[in-house]
This record gives sequence, C-alpha cells and structure tokens, in this order.
Amino acid sequence: MNRIASLGLVAALALTAACSNRADNLSGSSDLAGDRYGYGSGTGAGGIANPASAAYFQAQVGDRVLFPVDQSSLTAEARGILDGQARWLSSNPSFSAVIEGHADEQGTREYNLALGARRASAVYDYLVSRGIPSSRLRTVSYGKERPIEVCSEESCYAKNRRAVTSVSSGAGV
Amino acid sequence: MRRLTTACLAALILAAPALTPALAQEARGPLRIEITDGVIEPVPIALSEFVTSSMQGQAMVQDMLGVIRNDLEGTGLFRAIGREAFISPVTNFDSPVAYADWKTINAQALVTGQLEHTGDQITVKFRLFDIFSEQQLGEGLQFSGRPDGWRRIAHKVADAIYSRITGEGPYFDSRVVYVAETGPKDARVKRLAIMDQDGANVKYLTDGRDLVIAPRISPDNTRVLYTSYSSGFPHIYEMNLNSLSVTAVDDQPGSMTFSPRYAPDGRAILFSFEQGGNTDLYRLDLGSGSRTRLSDAASIETAPSFSPDGRQIVFESDRSGAPQLYVMPAGGGEPKRISFGAGRYGTPVWSPKGDYIAFTKQNQGRFHIGVMRPDGSEERLLTAAFLDEAPTWAPNGRVLMFTRETPGSGGAAQIYSVDITGRNLQRVPTEGSGSDPAWSALMK
Repeated sequence: MNRIASLGLVAALALTAACSNRADNLSGSSDLAGDRYGYGSGTGAGGIANPASAAYFQAQVGDRVLFPVDQSSLTAEARGILDGQARWLSSNPSFSAVIEGHADEQGTREYNLALGARRASAVYDYLVSRGIPSSRLRTVSYGKERPIEVCSEESCYAKNRRAVTSVSSGAGV
Repeated sequence: MRRLTTACLAALILAAPALTPALAQEARGPLRIEITDGVIEPVPIALSEFVTSSMQGQAMVQDMLGVIRNDLEGTGLFRAIGREAFISPVTNFDSPVAYADWKTINAQALVTGQLEHTGDQITVKFRLFDIFSEQQLGEGLQFSGRPDGWRRIAHKVADAIYSRITGEGPYFDSRVVYVAETGPKDARVKRLAIMDQDGANVKYLTDGRDLVIAPRISPDNTRVLYTSYSSGFPHIYEMNLNSLSVTAVDDQPGSMTFSPRYAPDGRAILFSFEQGGNTDLYRLDLGSGSRTRLSDAASIETAPSFSPDGRQIVFESDRSGAPQLYVMPAGGGEPKRISFGAGRYGTPVWSPKGDYIAFTKQNQGRFHIGVMRPDGSEERLLTAAFLDEAPTWAPNGRVLMFTRETPGSGGAAQIYSVDITGRNLQRVPTEGSGSDPAWSALMK
C-alpha cells in the first residue's frame, strides 16, 4: 500500500493529461462544440483548422462513441469512428489520450462506475488492436458523474452513454 | 480543526430518587412501542421544563427540549404535547409526579429534568415516567459535558427515552458523512461533509475542487474512506477526522479503486478494483497493507459490505447478466445468490443488527430502497421514486438514510430517511443538496 503524506503530492504528480478532465478547465478552445467539462480541449496548440490539433480531433475526427443501454460492446458506427481516431493518433504520435467512460443516470453510482470502465476499456482495446501503443492510452470512468445532457429521457441518456477520447500533446500518459 | 468531540460525557445512575421504581407491573404492563407493529398513532409524550436556576440555563433548556422533541417526533413514534396544555409545571426535580394531572391531558409518558450550569460544565439529570402504569421507566440518568456540547447531551436524553420505550438501540447521538452538492446537473461540484444525524453542525471536509463520491465512516467514527478524482483517476483515500490529513489507500496507476467499506473492527476494508475494464473485489488490511483478491470473474463485482460479525460479505455482481446480490465467506469463496425478484439489485448493506440487508432495486423505470433477510427471504420495498439509491443504516438498524434524486434538467439529490417498516419517509435537512449518506456508529 502506498501511504503518502498528503494529497498535495498526488496533485503535484498528477499526469498532465488529467488537466483536460477537470471541470474547472473551461477556458481552453471553448468556441468548439463539446461540453463544459473541457473534453478534447486538450493542451495541443492550434485551432480547428490545424489537423494536428486536439480541436481538430474533437470536431473533425470525432472524439466520442455511444453505447446502447447497459452495453459496452462497440457498434459498427462506433468502430468506424474509432478507426478514424486510430488513424489520427497514428499520424500524430506526439499525442496521447485518456479515454473517459460514462454512463447515463439509470443505475447505481457504483455499477455505473464499473460500466463506464468497461466502455472505456472497449475503446482502449480497439485502439490498441488498430496499432496504437498502449503506452499512449489510459482509461478513466466517470460513471454517471459527468452527464453532458441533463434531461431524464432516452434522447439525453443516449448521448450520456459514451466514451470520449481526450487527446493532448506533450507528456505521455 | 478542533477535535470533533467537544463534550466529554459521563453517564451515571442517580442516587436513590424520591420515587422508588415500582417493582410490580400493573396488568397493563409498562409503556412500550413495537416498531415493527407499524404504529399509526404517535405516543403523546410530555416534555416538562427542565428545572434550572440560572437565566443562562433557562435558554439552554429551551434549546435542549427543542432537540429532544425534534429527535423523538422525527421517528414518527412520538408526539410532544404542547406546553400550554400542562396543568402543573414541574418546579422541583425530586417532587413526586402528579400522575393525575398528566393523565388528564392524555400524556402517556412524561420526561422531567434538571439542568445545572456551573462555569465550564453543564449537568443534565432526567427521569422518564409511564403515566398510565404510574411508574418510572428505568433509572434516572445524568449527563455532564461542556456547554458547547449541549446538543449531544440532548441527543443522549432523547436516545434514552427512545430506547426505553421502544426497546430498540439508540441512534440520535450519531453523525452522517455525506456528499454536499452544488451547481447544475452537468457541472456539479461535490464536497465531503459531516453533520449530526439531525442536520446540525455541518462541517465541510473537502473544498469541491476534486470530484468525490460515496464516503464511509469508520466504526470508531474517527476516519472516512472515500473515492476521489484528485489524481485525475478515481482512487480510494482515507481522511482522519481529527487532523483532516488524507492518505491514499490504493492508487496504483492504470487502475481504478472505489466502493470501499470498513470491516466491523475498522482494521480492514473491502473495495472494488478495476483494471482493463474488469471490476473485482479485494480486501485490504489497513495495518499491514496486505491485499487479498476476493473475486476473479469477468463480470462486475462491486458494493461489498461485511456482515456485523465480519464473517460474510454481501455484494453486487452482474455475473447472471444483470446486477444481483450475492453472499460469500469473508475470505472469498463460492458466492450464493440471494436476490431473485424482477429487476436489478445493487448497493447491499448489512444491518448493524445482522437481521436485514438493505439494497437499491431498479425495476420498470423506478428505483426502490428495500430490505431482505440475509438469505434473501422476506424482501420488502420501502420506497419508490424516480431515483433512490445507496441506503445506510442507523446505528440501531431500524432506520435507513438514502439518496433521492429528482428527474430532469433541474434534478437534484437530497438525503431522505425511512424506517424499516417503510413508514415515516422524511427529508433529512442539509444545507443545499446532498447525496451518498454514511451513518456513523453511536458516538462514544
């Protein structure tokens, strides 16, 4: 067990990629579509016009795939999007990615955390199968903690059952 | 932060009261509420003014009686009779009780008390009487402590009254760790907080910068386990409630740890460990750091909870295709499924009395808090709503708190309580929204 003195140390050691996950990081490339959690806003330079930017990846390649209720298997549509992600990651080797798994609000907090991890892992496995080195990828689950749509209907749930690939350049994950 | 325990409480039996408790019971028997009877009509109880000599004391008596009344009426089992109905005020703590006067106003129980306020200490003595059988219920009790611990003393008085009349264990002198929530649904800020079970004395334990979920309080009420995203990834941490210092419990990179729960002795924990998309159960000895894997399946295993004797574990698994409840030996081994009804079952929690397991059930678009026997029999749903989850037991195993979240874009979470008969659903007062309550053991 890794006992440490304070959380400050953990924060100091935190991976740079994590910065793009923070809810308070709302300023970066906020002109883009996306959401208030700053997904895909990344740390990469350049706007949407730059094909080697996180903004381009998010808007043009597609940073997310959606899942059916209580499922973590990839649909044909999802695999198509992930093929594009894999191509982009292959041609932009300085970028690494955190894959964030999410669930809709139907389900308990614990189960949805585990379900979000399955979804993130499904994307991770697919990208690795398409030749992306696992050293450039990490996964995290938010369960039902970070909805992007707030209604309590299937139209919103469908968008919340997602895995988002959040890319950033520089330090690896 | 100042130590959370401010009052050093001492209980002692009062020397020979003026009235000797009746040894022989009348044919009617002493006043007794059976909680499991599903009481409809609350018992009228008279909370007489506690006798006190000082002005300071008089103000404190009013405050304490307010807390006692709120505790007792909050159970749904008692109704405090308005003071304006009292015929003969109690002016001397040791005077004989005028039973006839209390019978006239239909009081079934009477509480008398005395408060002494000297310098840095207050002392409360009280007695409880059964009006119809004209006998004192139990011995008189005395509690002493610092003046700023008056709320705890009031809770202890209410606990004694509740226990003597219901025969159940006390629970008012306890705390609740929870997640205080602010902000809209898609930008929610969550902070760990702790409060008295009645919502008083709220203290915030984290600042909201990091997402935190599902705290659990140690059996000795000194530590809190919780899951935080402070590293960017969910991992379990333990906070010391006295120093507020935080220790990482299991934060290996490339994994996720969550859903922790203490063993009954507080020296080990159960938790979920996720790696490569698969979530299994582990046990960690907090002293030695030794880690034991308890499940090894491709399915999701989470939400583990010890039986109060520490010998068994109830948990949630979707190995059958959908989440259901299972029980296995504390060291691991073959799990036995205990939930078989329609729907999905989760977050099982073993009662501190050992007689029930509370759970969350999801069925046909609704959520329920329910209880069942540890073998899965006698399933009973206590609530029904858009989203109820995460039950936690009162120290006496007779009341549950849980999270209720409202639907839609304005949806917000609140903490509710309900007793194990499904009666007396109440919103627990919190400053703003709250979720994931974890009820402490009785304070020492």
